Amino acid sequence: MSRLEELVTKTNETIFTAEFPVIDGEGMAKVEKYAKRLSPWFDGVNATDNTAAHAHASNVASAIAMKMHGLEPIMQVVCRDKNRLAQQADVVGATLHGVENFVALTGDDVTAGDETETRRVFDLDGPQLIRLMTSIKNGQYLSGRKIEPAPKMFIGAVENPSAPPFEYRAQRVAKKVAAGAKFFQLQICYHKDRLEKFMETLNTLGLTKSVAIIPTIVLISGPRALNFMNASVPGIDVPEDVIKEVETASDKKEAAYLQTLDFARHALSLPGVRGLHVTDFRHDETLERLMSDLGRKARPENTTKEENAYTSTVS
Amino acid sequence: MPKLLPLIEHAVKGPVWNCQMCGQCVLHSTGMTCPMNCPKTLRNGPCGGVRENGHCEVKPEMKCVWLKGYERAESWPLPKIWQEEFNHLRPPVDNRLKGGSSWINFFTKRDRWVPKGWANVSNEDHH
Repeated sequence: MSRLEELVTKTNETIFTAEFPVIDGEGMAKVEKYAKRLSPWFDGVNATDNTAAHAHASNVASAIAMKMHGLEPIMQVVCRDKNRLAQQADVVGATLHGVENFVALTGDDVTAGDETETRRVFDLDGPQLIRLMTSIKNGQYLSGRKIEPAPKMFIGAVENPSAPPFEYRAQRVAKKVAAGAKFFQLQICYHKDRLEKFMETLNTLGLTKSVAIIPTIVLISGPRALNFMNASVPGIDVPEDVIKEVETASDKKEAAYLQTLDFARHALSLPGVRGLHVTDFRHDETLERLMSDLGRKARPENTTKEENAYTSTVS
Repeated sequence: MPKLLPLIEHAVKGPVWNCQMCGQCVLHSTGMTCPMNCPKTLRNGPCGGVRENGHCEVKPEMKCVWLKGYERAESWPLPKIWQEEFNHLRPPVDNRLKGGSSWINFFTKRDRWVPKGWANVSNEDHH
């Protein structure tokens, strides 16, 4: 059982996950550097799958590399680039290396990337991919062909509480739970009221009893990032007063941090929220500051290594 | 007849629903809005990229197919069972049926075939 699964299913502890930076040419040195930075604070770290439709080191390779460096990977699988055969191969291939946590996403469209001439695949959609992963976890490929023994897996999904149709988003969570998702990493939501309403509905539907809802916060350096997300990332809307708050501050960097902290505290205060997913675009000391402001204690380095040592899963 | 039916079906459903002839029609359960018109061909609801104005991530000038379907499922006087089916998990597309008549596939129940691994996951039992 992965540490993440244990935290979700056996405890009430607050869970912290993070996004691992994309890996291009910098090699294992980069993995090592960020593993060192993230491992004391996070229960699981996402190995992304061609984020925003840009090619990078693959989700499978990154997840294995992260595991080798003592992190517990959460492997994202998107539907944009590969058909169901390739997706099954990636998931089963990753479990071969002891990767247990998976997150299924529909994925950004190719138009979000830098090779927009690419053929989009979307053979499956997000909820279908979750059910396919559940089938693998139960020891079967989609065809019904057996996988023995069934790989150890903990399956999650994503949802966007801040994209229309707002009232329908909780129903979509219900559909993904029925398909087998046990935890949800949410898209960043700059409308507190929307997140509140979304959580209320999930609580009413009784969904938060059985699955972990983990909203996302983003560490940014100033108003430029807010304006960028607002203008260029479909599904993210940043209200004007949120941008103004940072834009009009005398110390914009500090204001941006305090705003992130405020969104983090607000999210954690909502009933049904089990933790936070942190995306760090600042790469400075505010990551540590955020964790300590939220009352998180650093995990001693040696225990992380032992729990997650790559060699222990392959020996 | 099997050769003629797809042509008739397309002639009827093409102009009204912009039918893409996937051969496994789910229109009734998706608010009478063809999900194959979603640029990502999503069969199970809107993606997370719907814009603030309700338009599509991929085609900003087009309203999200699923937002349209959701509104119709809520407001059109559709049979209750169709409205309830809106939330059902629809199986992966069977690519062998593309171009054929979904009417034939409906009456022969061919469109209800799903892979074994899909069928063997029950909704309650994933440990």
